Amino acid sequence: MSNIKKAFQNGKAFIPFITCGDPDLETTAKCVRAAVENGADLIELGIPFSDPTAEGPVIQGANIRALKGGVNTDKIFDFVRELRKDVSVPLVFMTYANVIYSYGAEKFISTCRDIGIDGLILPDIPYEEKEEFLPYCRKYGVDLVSFIAPTSENRIAMIAKEAEGFLYIVSSLGVTGARSEITTDLDKIVKVVRENTDIPCAIGFGISTPEQAQKMASVADGVIVGSAVVRILEEYGKDSAVHIGEYVKKMKDAVIG
Amino acid sequence: MTNPKGRFGVHGGQYIPETLMNAVIELEEAYNYYKNDEGFNRELNELLNDYAGRPSRLYYAGKMTKDLGGAKIYLKREDLNHTGAHKINNVLGQALLAKKMGKTRLIAETGAGQHGVATATAAALMGMECVVFMGEEDTKRQALNVYRMKLLGADVIPVKTGTATLKDAVSEAMREWTSRISDTHYCLGSVMGPHPFPTIVRDFQSVISKEIKAQILEKEGRLPDAVLACVGGGSNAIGTFYNFIEDKGVRLIGCEAAGRGIDTFETAATISTGKLGIFHGMKSYFCQDKFGQIAPVYSISAGLDYPGVGPEHAYLYDIGRAEYVAVTDDEAVNAFEYLSRTEGIIPAIESAHAVAYAMKLAPSMDKDKIIVVTVSGRGDKDCAAIARYRGVEIYE
Repeated sequence: MSNIKKAFQNGKAFIPFITCGDPDLETTAKCVRAAVENGADLIELGIPFSDPTAEGPVIQGANIRALKGGVNTDKIFDFVRELRKDVSVPLVFMTYANVIYSYGAEKFISTCRDIGIDGLILPDIPYEEKEEFLPYCRKYGVDLVSFIAPTSENRIAMIAKEAEGFLYIVSSLGVTGARSEITTDLDKIVKVVRENTDIPCAIGFGISTPEQAQKMASVADGVIVGSAVVRILEEYGKDSAVHIGEYVKKMKDAVIG
Repeated sequence: MTNPKGRFGVHGGQYIPETLMNAVIELEEAYNYYKNDEGFNRELNELLNDYAGRPSRLYYAGKMTKDLGGAKIYLKREDLNHTGAHKINNVLGQALLAKKMGKTRLIAETGAGQHGVATATAAALMGMECVVFMGEEDTKRQALNVYRMKLLGADVIPVKTGTATLKDAVSEAMREWTSRISDTHYCLGSVMGPHPFPTIVRDFQSVISKEIKAQILEKEGRLPDAVLACVGGGSNAIGTFYNFIEDKGVRLIGCEAAGRGIDTFETAATISTGKLGIFHGMKSYFCQDKFGQIAPVYSISAGLDYPGVGPEHAYLYDIGRAEYVAVTDDEAVNAFEYLSRTEGIIPAIESAHAVAYAMKLAPSMDKDKIIVVTVSGRGDKDCAAIARYRGVEIYE
């Protein structure tokens, strides 16, 4: 069984996103632990990329801060190895295809298995290109998470049938970032997903408030929050952990309902 | 040369967010329908001929030939097109296609501003809304083109992220497209990005080599020994090469921007210094560090200041069909001045990279050899920047 499924066994899941090395890896470690202690069910760890084309300004900022701080793929692998000594919740990397490709796909993905990374979320790998990494993901038991977008329509069933780990349902058009309103008919999308797969689905993009999280959790199995978490790091820097802990608690309470 | 998934050898593909997948599929279907549609082609040809001024001239550069003392040099005058560059060829095709698809709004990235101006022009002509993303750095280097776009009714958004140049403008245009798809066509300006863009843009630019072939056969009764063009993303180069790919006797030479030199970090010569990667929707060669972070490239030319190259060029390089050479800022500026003085033609600083290599190549060839250099655009837009490069402050 995919380790990721465990994240969905404590009621509706709350999944925060944190960019590794923003502003440094010690802070990331503190924030991850604070999130876990306060109920985060799975942590999405961002490996920064110079040109994150699916991100809005907030997460772009985190990528720049992290890269300026000198973080790189090898340092992040060491960081996860260390983190795994006491953190047992499922962990996935969120990054861009070139970070993996340039490292050597097999070397990157086998290292993921070795250090305890359970899955990969790659916004620039759609269904049509997943063969780029899927053979190695299968070989090393790392789930390649698929996206479903508001524009997926006739593609939902095809994507859902082959999905692994969990399905990442994009709530809105556009890039990551908080939104005041989410207007996509997510019930309809989730219905098609349910007809085609048993794996859990989590909704992300645009969610920042407990009210939104509660609403989204009523539709799906979990809620992913990125920009709102990164905003805390933007504001408090090295002192973010306690604030992230408070935020995660509030959000987890909201999704459990 | 393209398989159904838009691959050129290992290059190409569709590495984009799921949100955009149906948009590129819809675009591919529409393109496959209209490219063989008689009415569409008639309309496009009328626009190219009557509005853009095609066919562009193939001019024998007699003084330059005599001065360099080697191969005969012909210039393919894309600088004479309406809006002053080859970009209009592709834009008229895509804008017409977008209109047929029911889109009412065009978005585009631009480097030097030529593609932005061409897109703003087509949008004005066809009554469409237009938004152009341009690196903030480039809005300063190419202030005149920013004004031209606004004059044509477009919104110009300065992009402040990253290096604030062409790659960031592409990223921002892609972000904008994911947020507004139903009424918007992303009018990509080069042979790059996800399939089907590299194929569509190549097809619309291939008119360049189609004309060169007919024109040189008429003037010389034979094919040229080499064709040269500058390469950023590579649209005028692929246009110049395409109809000669099967003619093995014709050397295809792409001229990349070496900036301050390919042994420095201030370069944009992707094939000379980059490695295989995945970015902006495609697999191709990219300037990047060992962890895959895209390099902050540099060239005096805003239009060549891009860390990647179109996938078909990467493939032509892999199979040894095309050669790619690096030309420095200094060499390009010299060529900019040389062509102005010698032939009375002020080339775009981008095109000057190809002229610079022609100045090296021609003297090494016999006098009965023939080379064709594509002058992809005119250099009026560059005069202030070149003056500054030479230490003269002028105000536009």
